[in-house]
Amino acid sequence: MNIHEYQAKQIFAEYGVPTPRGIVANTPDEAVKAAEELGGNLWVVKAQIHAGGRGLGGGVKIAKSIDEVRELASQIIGMTLVTHQTGPEGKLVQKVYIEEGVDIKDEFYLGVVLDRAKEMPVIMASTEGGMEIEKVAEETPEKIVKVAVDPAIGFQGFHGRELVFGLGIEDKTEQKNLIDFAKKLFSVYMDKDAELIEINPLVKTGNGEFIALDAKMGFDDSALYRHPEIEQMRDISEEDPDEREASQYGLSYVALDGEIGCMVNGAGLAMGTMDTINYMGGTPANFLDVGGKATAETVAKGFEIILKNPNVKSIFVNIFGGIVRCDRIANGILEATKMVDVKVPVIVRLDGTNAEEAAEILKNANIENVIPASDLADGARKAVAAAKGEL
Amino acid sequence: MSILVNKDTKVIVQGFTGSEGTFHAEQCMAYGTDIVGGVTPGKGGQEHLGKPVFNTVKEAVEATGATVSMVFVPPAFVADAVMEAAEAGIELAVIITEGAPVKDMQMAKAHAVKNGMMTIGPNCPGIITAEECKIGIMPGNIFKKGNVGLISKSGTLTYEASNQVVKEGLGITTAVGIGGDPIIGLSYKQLLPMFEADPETEAIVMIGEIGGDLEIQAAKFIKENIKKPVVAFIAGQTAPKGKRMGHAGAIVSGSAGTAKEKMDALEAAGVKVVVSPADIGKAVKEVLS
Repeated sequence: MNIHEYQAKQIFAEYGVPTPRGIVANTPDEAVKAAEELGGNLWVVKAQIHAGGRGLGGGVKIAKSIDEVRELASQIIGMTLVTHQTGPEGKLVQKVYIEEGVDIKDEFYLGVVLDRAKEMPVIMASTEGGMEIEKVAEETPEKIVKVAVDPAIGFQGFHGRELVFGLGIEDKTEQKNLIDFAKKLFSVYMDKDAELIEINPLVKTGNGEFIALDAKMGFDDSALYRHPEIEQMRDISEEDPDEREASQYGLSYVALDGEIGCMVNGAGLAMGTMDTINYMGGTPANFLDVGGKATAETVAKGFEIILKNPNVKSIFVNIFGGIVRCDRIANGILEATKMVDVKVPVIVRLDGTNAEEAAEILKNANIENVIPASDLADGARKAVAAAKGEL
Repeated sequence: MSILVNKDTKVIVQGFTGSEGTFHAEQCMAYGTDIVGGVTPGKGGQEHLGKPVFNTVKEAVEATGATVSMVFVPPAFVADAVMEAAEAGIELAVIITEGAPVKDMQMAKAHAVKNGMMTIGPNCPGIITAEECKIGIMPGNIFKKGNVGLISKSGTLTYEASNQVVKEGLGITTAVGIGGDPIIGLSYKQLLPMFEADPETEAIVMIGEIGGDLEIQAAKFIKENIKKPVVAFIAGQTAPKGKRMGHAGAIVSGSAGTAKEKMDALEAAGVKVVVSPADIGKAVKEVLS
């Protein structure tokens, strides 16, 4: 689960991680009020969406007067912001964050993420603030400092020294400030079961302080049960409605841009099915893992979600029945086709325990658009042919 | 022969009396697994499925001599259970539980390593030595005895692969579902040499997926250490970047962890890489002939 910049900064503030002062606003009037409350003569108006690249997309603007705050807030609230992370359809901006201006002397990147190879969190930092870290990693990997921190010992002095000397920071006060910053940020990461924290840019001010100018946070979904305070920050409008609906029924769904709907049990086989469709010259319309049980209800829900996508020309149901026997799954699929009006061809491949009985059940049901397949390759081939109207 | 577990392996079940634990323990016993007891705190002294229940893993190990634990404890308590097993002298914990917090597993795995306990999973189907010992939730009937070792991040792809291997007239020595979480126990790099050393295993199938770099590490290891033929499939060639595909660890971050990168590395290491999982069986037949 991800949260907005302003929410991440609220969490930072609780831990004493320095951020500029700011107030969130839902309307231009609120934005003006926020600017007046913050005072000063320069404000930043920032679109609040869960995607990076907001500045380049026109979602972050500087205002030098209260009138300008109103004007920019009016422009940004309600705009559809397109960035490299939103996809071409963009995202609707519903909130802006009004922040005080900061005296920027230098820009850095600072993040905390799980290093899967080392199996511990790693603090990543770079002097190339403002640039995408992936780009820096590709072009100038020597400019990235990585400090892995074993949670069993926590953030120690040497971690801090590796960080500041790695970044070439020489001033004693600046060193102390950054080490303090990183140590607090690491506490946020651990305490909140974060999956990712990214501050880009982290800025150094004229008097050597470090401030999180931006903030991005994502959390481990499996740990949300012990963080009601984070769960409360969930913004449903930022989530894909179909993915969300699917998850409420225990299904795992990701929309893609192809033509063949996929319904599969198990994440690996679901990806493997998409890959096979692609290999056979077709295009998958989605990833959908119906989980271990694949009952009539879950399959019916799967059909419903898949068919919301108007591009779907055929559906490939690929189930490997193990503990749940194929004959039961076959009956479930037949029931599901009665619950949901499926007009496109449905290719059904059931393999595993009692596969033969299942094939018999499907054959005897004799439903026009339900086509049995003998194995994965046969099913994928038929689904591709059906999508092309060649079956 | 086989790796890690066989018909003589003594197994306890943590979370023995819960519904999942009960159902699967029964299935494992029917397959022939020597389940010698289980642990459910507060129910010590009772009997369940004809086997003794203990309050702690330590008691269970002392009383039964179990060396392997199959863990069905709910996600919030799984790390605790694994660390308890590690200190009680269990040699291998097979963690079936899905949805364990990453931070918890990081700590639990570090503690297991410190105490010399191996782990498999979490979020995995478990391990099976064909026709001898099943410790997990896989459908046992699909795994016929043979000469192919199997390592997979995905449950259903393990079944798919085994089914294809059997249809080719071959079979399985041991199949290990290692799980698709960001932090897992035994991985390709630790399991490959076990299969290399197992006289019965003549070919190895490894099934990976997008995310992380375990398959890349495996490729390097295979190049230098593995003489037996290896067939590989990497799921998620068509997965979009930045999207989590079902498994917690199946995500391409930036340009790292793509299927292509892993397939190229494995191919360069001399592995026979198939583009579709539908070709695993055929490829195994080919490398063995």
